[in-house]
Amino acid sequence: MNLAIRTENLSRIYKIRGSKKQEAKQLIALQDVNLEVKPGELFGLLGPNGAGKTTLIKILTTLLAPSNGKAWVAGFDVHQEPQLVRQRINMVSGGESSGYGLLTVRENLWMFSQFYGLPSALANQRIKQLLEVVGLADRINTKSSDLSTGLRQKMNIVRGFLTDPEVLFLDEPTLGLDVGASRDVRRFIRGWIDNNPTRTLLLTTHYMVEAEELCHRVAIINQGKVLACDTPSNLKHRLQRDAIFRLEVSPLNGLSPETIQAIPGVSQVVHYDRDGFSVLELILAEESVLGAVINTLTSAEVRILNLQKREPTLEDVFVDLVGRSMEEIEKGTNGSSTP
Amino acid sequence: MSAAFTQRVPKHSGWKLFVQTVIARAYPRVIGQQREKSWLFFDLFLPLLGISAYVFVYRAIHAPEEYVGFVVMGGAMSAFWLNILWSMSSQLYWEKETGNLALYIMAPNSMMAVLLGMALGGLVASTLRALAILVLGSWLFQVQYSVSSFSQLFAVFVLCMIGLYGMGMMLASIFLLLSREAWHISNLAQEPIYLLSGFYFPVKSFNFLIAAGASIIPLTLGMDAMRQLIFPSGPSLGFLSVPVEVSILVILSVIFLVASKYLLEHIEKLAIREGRLTESRR
Repeated sequence: MNLAIRTENLSRIYKIRGSKKQEAKQLIALQDVNLEVKPGELFGLLGPNGAGKTTLIKILTTLLAPSNGKAWVAGFDVHQEPQLVRQRINMVSGGESSGYGLLTVRENLWMFSQFYGLPSALANQRIKQLLEVVGLADRINTKSSDLSTGLRQKMNIVRGFLTDPEVLFLDEPTLGLDVGASRDVRRFIRGWIDNNPTRTLLLTTHYMVEAEELCHRVAIINQGKVLACDTPSNLKHRLQRDAIFRLEVSPLNGLSPETIQAIPGVSQVVHYDRDGFSVLELILAEESVLGAVINTLTSAEVRILNLQKREPTLEDVFVDLVGRSMEEIEKGTNGSSTP
Repeated sequence: MSAAFTQRVPKHSGWKLFVQTVIARAYPRVIGQQREKSWLFFDLFLPLLGISAYVFVYRAIHAPEEYVGFVVMGGAMSAFWLNILWSMSSQLYWEKETGNLALYIMAPNSMMAVLLGMALGGLVASTLRALAILVLGSWLFQVQYSVSSFSQLFAVFVLCMIGLYGMGMMLASIFLLLSREAWHISNLAQEPIYLLSGFYFPVKSFNFLIAAGASIIPLTLGMDAMRQLIFPSGPSLGFLSVPVEVSILVILSVIFLVASKYLLEHIEKLAIREGRLTESRR
């Protein structure tokens, strides 16, 4: 079967130059990534900042050469046949400020469409239609420098879809957008893939909800490695046997999360502080383990303010795989969890 | 989605895509730049002030009246030099910072077409500014012209622009490699080139070696040749004869254009190999 995207042991190592006396250091951004994405799929790459998502997208969009391994997009080798790949793809990044502020929305979009050889009349027709769909039609003649971040990102999104690519790469498309604008963008993305069953979309995100809501399949990536790849429901099914609880408690009074982690049957503990209270996200082997956790807390005079049993989410899957929450990784802290 | 998406329209490729890209990339400069009316102050009024200072000095010392014409013409041509420094040489660096460079590289078009579009757009926008300076300066200071051959004048101007913008295209890649250091070079190159290229006096005033060295900037010989064709005493003040200057300009144009093509290919390879050049500030 023809695959929209395929990678084979794909790796990328960056050389980081130090001072003149120091030798260049190596940073492994991607390590032996093997992925297969079918045409018509909306495929998600989920991982914290620095996980290697953007590096992978850069390789797939011909902007970066792999250090090892191979990758094919729309059937063509991204390194050996970049021109053939470029004719079939497009990419939009979150928070990008591409285009020219002095040009209007229509002019910016028209300009980019021309770089793909789209006939001018057709480009203008599509621009009108897409701007209608994303709710930006009334701003068609507004200078792009006068657009808010959210509206500008909608314009960028239109730029990506305008050339009707076979494979579209969206790198954190809702980064920095407010809730309403993010929802609009997600709705548009989902609509596009539903209406174009032969088109493929690869989306990177560090928002769990986005991956869960949009993607047919998700690959969880951390430190350059793909840790799991499946449908969101199958990924969550891994934790179906586990019991997942969220406890809001008074400050831990010196009780370390490691103590809770040490309780038999506790698979993962993620601890963080909120305004005046602490939160414990627990993955337990079975519900009955909760009693031992509560006993440990109450004997340390920690009050339980709220207890909630949850269905597993992709966040839980991530914690289960990595041992830390994505938030902790992005903050660069070890958190309080012990893998 | 709608008919515009369901119909499979073949996208242009080859030379059609090349032309489309050139026109599209020229558009922001030809149309967009005129929207910012501040150019009337910065690109018209300020150069006219600079010209006025030289004109008053020349008139105070009773220099030949043609020197006033030299100054007005030099002031007009300064629009092109500023465009080369700030909107050609630095442009790829800017494009990298805004994220446009990655989009240009990722698109199926030729990067050379993008550079050519930038050059063409800059040329049109700068010609508008240069013409405005020339007309206003000539009117204010009553400059008399005596063009010996319009066709030769036009040919020299076109050749000078090909050489100059070819150099700008080449510098765009070099400045991108130098990243932020390029700002210093732009700053450093602005005023000294006004001096060395003889924007406000005949370049022949220098000794031969300095004038020859300054001739690497196509504006030096271009302006000198045009002055020889515009002013009656021009030939006597010319550095080299017009045919020699035209020949050198042809050689410079070819060198700069070929160099810009190879440098651009080198930059693109470097960008893909090291991944540094497509990183924006984001």
